Parts: sequence; structure tokens; C-alpha cells
Amino acid sequence: MSTDKVVKLADLNKPSFVLSDEERHEIEHALTHYPDGRAASIDALKAVQKHRGWVPDDAIPVIAAAIGISAADLEGVATFYSLIFRRPVGRHVIKVCDSISCHLTGYDELRDELEKQLGIRYGQTTKDGRYTLLPICCLGACDRGATMMIDDDLHGPVEPKDVAAILGGYQ
Amino acid sequence: MAIIHVDGKQYEVKGGENLLQTCLSLGLDIPYFCWHPALDSVGACRQCAVKQYKDGDDKQGRIVMSCMTPTTDNTWISIDDEESKEFRETIISFLMTNHPHDCPVCEEGGHCHLQDMTVMTGHHNREYRFTKRTHRNQELGPFIAHEMNRCISCYRCVRFYNDYAGGTDLGVYGSAANVYFGREKDGTLESEFSGNLTEVCPTGVFTDKTHSERYTRKWDMQFSPSICASCSVGCNISPGERYGEVRRIENRYHGELNGYFLCDRGRFGYGHVNRKDRPRQLLVSKDGRREAMDAGDTLDFIRQQLQAGKPVLGIGSPRASIESNYALRELVGTAHFSNGQTALDAALTRLCLDVLRQGPAKCATPSSIEDADAVLVLGEDVLATAPRIALALRQAAKGKADTMCAEKKVPDWQAASAKDIAQRLLNPVFVATPAATRFDDIAAATHRAAAPDLARLGYAIAHALDASSPAVEGLDTKTAELAQRIAAALKAAKRPLVISGTGCGDAAVIQAAANIAWALQASHPAAEICLAVPESNSIGLALFEAVDLEAALARAAAQPSVLVVVENDLYARLPAAQVDAALARSTLIVLDHQDTRTAQRAQALLPAASFAEGDGTLINYEGRAQRYFQNFDPAYYDRSVAVAESWRWLDRLQNGDAARENLDEVLAQAEAALPALKGIAAAAPNASFRIKGMKIARAPQRQSGRTAARANIFVHEPRSTQDADSALAFSMEGVNGASGVDRPPELLPFAWAPGWNSPQAWNKFQAEVGGALRGGDPGVHLVKAAASRPAYYSAVPAALKPNGALRVEPLYQHFGSEELSSLAAPIQQRIPASYAALSVGDAARLGVNHAERISITLDGQTFSLPARVRPDLPAGVLGLPVGLAGVPPLKAGSAATVAKGA
Repeated sequence: MSTDKVVKLADLNKPSFVLSDEERHEIEHALTHYPDGRAASIDALKAVQKHRGWVPDDAIPVIAAAIGISAADLEGVATFYSLIFRRPVGRHVIKVCDSISCHLTGYDELRDELEKQLGIRYGQTTKDGRYTLLPICCLGACDRGATMMIDDDLHGPVEPKDVAAILGGYQ
Repeated sequence: MAIIHVDGKQYEVKGGENLLQTCLSLGLDIPYFCWHPALDSVGACRQCAVKQYKDGDDKQGRIVMSCMTPTTDNTWISIDDEESKEFRETIISFLMTNHPHDCPVCEEGGHCHLQDMTVMTGHHNREYRFTKRTHRNQELGPFIAHEMNRCISCYRCVRFYNDYAGGTDLGVYGSAANVYFGREKDGTLESEFSGNLTEVCPTGVFTDKTHSERYTRKWDMQFSPSICASCSVGCNISPGERYGEVRRIENRYHGELNGYFLCDRGRFGYGHVNRKDRPRQLLVSKDGRREAMDAGDTLDFIRQQLQAGKPVLGIGSPRASIESNYALRELVGTAHFSNGQTALDAALTRLCLDVLRQGPAKCATPSSIEDADAVLVLGEDVLATAPRIALALRQAAKGKADTMCAEKKVPDWQAASAKDIAQRLLNPVFVATPAATRFDDIAAATHRAAAPDLARLGYAIAHALDASSPAVEGLDTKTAELAQRIAAALKAAKRPLVISGTGCGDAAVIQAAANIAWALQASHPAAEICLAVPESNSIGLALFEAVDLEAALARAAAQPSVLVVVENDLYARLPAAQVDAALARSTLIVLDHQDTRTAQRAQALLPAASFAEGDGTLINYEGRAQRYFQNFDPAYYDRSVAVAESWRWLDRLQNGDAARENLDEVLAQAEAALPALKGIAAAAPNASFRIKGMKIARAPQRQSGRTAARANIFVHEPRSTQDADSALAFSMEGVNGASGVDRPPELLPFAWAPGWNSPQAWNKFQAEVGGALRGGDPGVHLVKAAASRPAYYSAVPAALKPNGALRVEPLYQHFGSEELSSLAAPIQQRIPASYAALSVGDAARLGVNHAERISITLDGQTFSLPARVRPDLPAGVLGLPVGLAGVPPLKAGSAATVAKGA
């Protein structure tokens, strides 16, 4: 028996990526801040990421056209910055600081504990789609090492014993 | 003027440029990657480190990047300094950590800048023993192969492709140690100059895909100094041959014309030389079948035809050499020789020649175009008709950065600073053409109109510059305002330039362009004009002052004649019915290197040499005569191949055993017979030229396998072919550059200097890096401009009034409109599908939808094409792509009627 997925004609004819009205509005708003569309690249990518969690490949030519630069240029920006996600991420993104201060204040124990509790490693997402674990360079909170950031919240200093409680706050 | 001290030696130099460029010009070797003479400095790769000292007493010094350090008076540096040498070797060892050790299977090997620099720094052992980063490669179309693992992240590819050539589909992705150069997605590189990536890339990331299937190392190929015949610019090229096939085309540096860069049509269009269906034997038609015959019998047969008492008419060709056209004129007599161009092409080329001759505006070269600071393009899509000029035009626009750098006292070779300072500000370029062009992105303003209306705009600009030039009546306000704006911009410039040509097929456009250039002269003696003409030797044929093709065919149609056609497909120039009428009762003798429709009808077909198998001279759009030299002898590998230059066949036909011995004799006679050709023999040294008694080698010193090259045919090695026509030898024997003795620039077959195998070796042949070749850039100007002030042209045309019929505007294509390159398989993959372009208004009036087939009647021919409704096209115009399948030969300005349906 064939296990190939059935290809539906309607799917083939669907445009691969369409900006939502909200996304388009936010991109157009960002454009008003700069004399040059190129300057709005990051804002435009962030607008799409805000609504979808990540920026799919098919979105690049569409966003590029919206701000009036080439797809190659925008892809350059979108691949340069590690916080523009180019693969689906979990509902919550955990960013563990691995810069020098946190290295001195227990970064590796924190990382090991996260990996143990979540059962994933850097760059991976839990099976339930709840967490993605990523390293990040300095969070600017050296006085609070070891630090990590979940979504937009900064946590620190974090000891391995605190991890379970913190994770519990992110459903 | 500056005195600099390098390793204890004192040099007097110009000063102002950077130390790397200065030292290379002095013949001193400093390794580099990210720097390129045409792309300037960014200081990214750290390879060109040298030690700089405060003064003669400073023993400490500090390491600086020579490409980022200005050459000023009293500069003290050391290249030989131990610490700098170690630093440079370390840079290579860093680059090598991720560079694969795949030189034996890499197509860059043997002409690789990275190999050269690695050897130069003495980094002989790889110490890195760990995993290397790898990448997925992309499919980039028929021209360019991609192997990202070899990348050393010098950024030269994007700096050329985007910053220099204006491409938009090559980018840089990722960051730090994981950087990727490619397209956003797999797909064909769109730029018409993508082929230069193969030479700009210092290693094997971008290589020549057309070369790949029949790959040969650079040192194993035989090269010749040659001239590209794909348009009228006359770029210098270096074709490489092995086993009787052209394997690739490399750029051959010419300071005034192509510099370091070629267009893709010129670089990848050589496939016509290797086609299997080329005539390689003498063919005689018997009972409707073509049979190969030996030379003696065929020439006797042709001589009988010539002496049969019928009038003998010769039809030359603007894609054949001066020598071949001259030999034909000798055979048939001046009165019976035609230039092989349509009446319109011939008249327009003649007009361009007149404009150049009258002066006083100088004819621009690509290198002088780069220095222009305001440009009007009137009627000519130069990217299609003379592509190298479009690349130069882009540099003219970007010249704004140089001006702004000068104001801010920043050296203009600081590429990153110059880019930051200028942002997107450009020198004004105005593009007034019938349809949109692919260089509209640099235009300060574009204007779309039919040819007569473009001419009216041109006349109005000239009138605004000089009120004594003819005024234009009844111009609409918008166009009048644009004319004022363009005139003001040209006037405000120091080096204004007008680019036009034969592309829109209208004399008035060329005349208007001339008026503008002349009107500028009083206030701007540096103002120049550039007129593109249809083909590689169009100006050369104009110098013959012969009758056009229609006149010759009319004679043949009226009276049975013998037609001798040299390298010309008549069916590509005129409607088939008109050609058929002339050939119906005539005897047709054809000499060509392609089996064209005309050649297929010949009673006798002589296999002519292409640019690769013969010598000849072409005269480019500026009137510069340049010699191309035979690349290889096809008979060396296959004795049955009878290919020879058309001039040689014609000479043998006419003179039999008394035929002239070599090219120099033909040229000497041509010069004596045609005063307009005076000086043409001096375009290159003659056949008796020797250096220390030796000829110049076509093949590099290391060429291998010569004794075995023919062993599959016969075990004994024959003597290599002797070249009676030039000072070049068919082998690696002779002067090859290893001894350090300069060869004349006209006779440089390939770029190689000791230690420099990559195309960067050209820096060793220039008086100043990036400037003229030592000994002067090749070519002799045959067209001399008079100093007098000519009378303005005054035939201002009437505006186009749409009257139901549409005016045909030829739309030239970069790929597909040029006959010979269109026969190359890789080029054929890039030729667009045929179409007929209509304005939105006309399409609505005719009820035609986009992509719907329409029936077109023009000049008595009816054909059907899919419609393309284009917002850029002016009303009343039918745009037809020249030379594409299904589009018959066009006469610009003809009236076409269009109807729905096929």
C-alpha cells in the first residue's frame, strides 16, 4: 500500500505565503520610520515572527517586495541575526546566556539541568511544542549570572534547583 | 608625486592610491584576496599585510594592511619583514582550515588566485586536522557552477555582482564562520555579467559550467589573442582550445575597452565553433543533395560558374573580417560588391561613421564612459546591443561617490567608505528608449516613446543647450520640461556623455544625439558621444562604401547572376520572399562557418573559418581596427577538415597557384586599394615579428601531452602546424612570458606571469595596475575626427500619430538577437520565448489579452505571436524581439497591422 501523502489540487494553487492584514499594516508602519525601505528589514521580519513565531522561507520574497528590496538582500539580514527564527520554534523560547560572566557563575550546570528536564539539546524543540532551547551571547545581565531569558522575561541568577519552578510558569 | 621606500629601496611614484596597488604597479608581489583593481579596497581579508615605519630610523614599525594605507610621500615600508611574512602565512593557514584539499578535482586549479597566494606566502603544510564546514551548493543556471565549500569569504563575488554590476539576486547569508554566498533560492543568475564571477572569485566557488563537460587545465590549453564578435564593442578575449575544440573564453585585458570584464553573451557564446553541424568540407549540390568534394574540383567548378558569362555579384558581411570582405571585393570587382547589410542598417551605420568623422565630440570608450558624470541614453538599449557599454554606464552613475569622496577628502579607493558616503546618490543618467531596459534602476528619469518622439526629445535638448540648433515645434509640456531638465543636468556636468546608436533603427535619433554632443562642445570640450552599431564589423563595412543588400538582390532578381555570399545569412536580414526572388534564377556560392539557411541553398559551399580557426581584422564602433588571431588548426586533429578563412578561399579562387602567401600581403593590398583602411596593417605586429629570433607561443610553458595528443589517430607525432600569417606559434615553444621579456600587447595570448596563474596575472602586464597595457592598449583608430564645427542636423521628425497601424520598434535581447552566440547551447537556454509587445492602450483598443496569440502583418509577411501587454510601451508601437524564433527579419519603423487570433 502506498503511504504517499495525497496532494490536493487546491493546495498546489494556493499562494505559498500571504501576509496577513495585521502583518502588512505593521510592515507599512515600520516603513514610515525610515527614509529607505532597507532600514525596515529587521522590523518587517520581526512583525512576521511576532504573528507566526518564525519566518518561513516562502515569506522572504513577499516581505522583501513589501519593503522594496531584493529577496537576496532580505535573506542576508534574516540569516545574519540569530533571533530571527527560520525554523518553527516552541511556544516558549529559552535562551541561555553563554558569555563569560555566566560561564563563571554556573552556566553549564544551568544548561545541563534544562537539557535534562526538557529532554532536548540546543536548537531542539520539545515534542509537545512547548519549549525551544537556544544559546545566546551576553544578555547584559552579568550581575545576575547565570542568566537565561524565556520569551521576553529575564531570569537570574538561576540555580539548577530553580529550573523546574521557572519552567512551570510557561505553559 | 611621492617618494616611497620599500625594503630599503627608493621609488618615485604617482601617490594618492593605496600601497598595495602602488607596489603591484612597481612589480613587487604582495599577496591579496579581497582587493581587486576594479573593485578597490575594503581591508577584509588581512592578506596584504606589510610593515610600515615612521621614518628611516624606525626599527620597530607596525603591521598595516597595504590596501588600506595611502601611498604618501616619505612612506617607509617593508614587504620582506619577517613578522609580516609570518602574519601573511597565518592568514592563509586560517583560510585553509575550511578550504577543502580538492585541488586535483577543482576546475579552478591551475588558474587559481588562492593557489598562487598560498604558494607566494610559503604556506606549504596544512596543519588543521579536524572537520571542515560544508555547504549545500546551488543550481545557478547554464553558465555558472557553484561549490561553496571552497569559499574563503573574501566578498569579491558580491562586491562585483551587486556593487559593480548592479545584480540583485546574489547575496551573503549567515554570519561569522558560517557565511554563504549564493542566491536566495536555486535558480539562474540573472545578471548579464555573471560570467565574470568565474574570474573575480579567487578560488573555485564560481566556475565556468560551459567548460566543465570538456574540461582542460589552463596550462594544457592553447590560446590566442582574439576579439569578441558578439557586438560592435570589440572586447578582447582569450579563447582556450584543446583537441580541436574551443573549451572556454577568458577575458583578455584591454585598458580602454573591456578592462577586466566581459558580458555573458561574449563569454559563453563560443559554442558555434564546436557545433557538429558546421560545414567542415567543401560541399557541392548535385540533384538536390549535397556532396563533399575535394578542394581542387570544387574551386574549378566555382571558377566555371564565375566565368559562365552571368554577372557575378559579391555579398560581403558585417560579421566577416575586413580581409574576407576585401578579398570578395577583389574577386567580383568594386562595382559588384555589396556590404551585405540591409539598406537601413547600412545607412544608419554610415550616419554613425559620419558623426564620428565630423567630430568634434570624441567617441567614448567604456573606460571613458566610466568617468562621465551625466549621461543621456537616447534610443539604445545598450545592455542588448553593446553590453559592455551598459556595465561602464553603471560605473558612470556610481561615479557620484568619487566626487563626494573628493569633497570629504576620503580616498575614492576606500570602497566601503565611498559606498557609505554616497548611499544611493548617483550621477544623473537619463534613459530615453522605446521600452524599459534592465539599467533603468540607475536612471534619474526614464522616458518611453517611439523613435521619432525620442528624436524630438533629443533635438529639444540640443536646442536648450544651444539655441542655434534647430528647435522642435509642438512638443508637449511634459516632454519639453524633461528636455530642459536633461539639458540642465548635462550642462551642470564636467564630462557629459550621449549614448545612442542604430538600435531603434531611426536616423533622426542618431542625428539628435549628435546635435546634443555638438551643442555641448562650446562649453564642455570633454563631452563625448558613443554610438553603438549593429555588428562586430559594421563600421569596417561602412568604410568600403559599397551598395547595400537590397540593391544587390534586386540586381540578381532582375537578371540571372552568380552570387558569392561571404559569411552572411541573407534570410536573417530580409524577408524570405525577397531573398527567394533573388536566388530563384541565380547560382549561389556561399562561404560560411555555419550551415545557415542561405548556406543550405548554395550550389557550392566552402567551409569558412570562424574567429577561432582564422586570422582577421574587425573594426569596432569607435573605428578601432583590432586583429584576431587563429586559435588552433582544426586539420591537425582531422585531416579531412578543409576549413580556411574566407579571404584565403577567395584568393585561391581568383589567383589559383599565384595566391597570396599570408595575411600581411592581403592587408597591404587592402590598404593600398582602400584609403579609408590606411593604417589597418599596424593593428598588430606582422608575421615577421620575432623576439630574440623567436615566435610567441600560443600555449603556456607547461603544456603537457603534446606528443600523445594525436596518438589515437597515428602514433607518430606530426610537426606542429606552421603559422605563416602571424608571429604566433602553435605550441608552447617560443616566447611565453617566463623570461620576463614583454610581448607586444596585441600578441598576448593568455594571462600568465611567473607566480601568477590566475587572471590576476594581468596586473603584471600593465604600466600601472588597472591602467593601459605596457606598450599601449591594442588597436589602431582608422576613423579620424575633423576639428571643424559641423552644421547641426535639422531634419526634426514629426511626432508619431497613432493611426490604426502600429509602428514596429525592434526590441534587442541580450540573448537571442545576436546570430552566432544564439547557436551556442548554453545561450539557447537563456533565450526568452518569442512575443509581440503592445501598450496597454493598444491592447485594450484591439481587445487583446496578455499571452493571447495575435496575427501580425508587416512588409508583406503575416505571422503570429503571443501578445505581451506591457505598461512601459508607448501607444502606437509594436515591440518585436529581434532574432527570436518566429519573428521574421524586421525593418524598424515599418507599419504593422495587428489582429486578434493566430
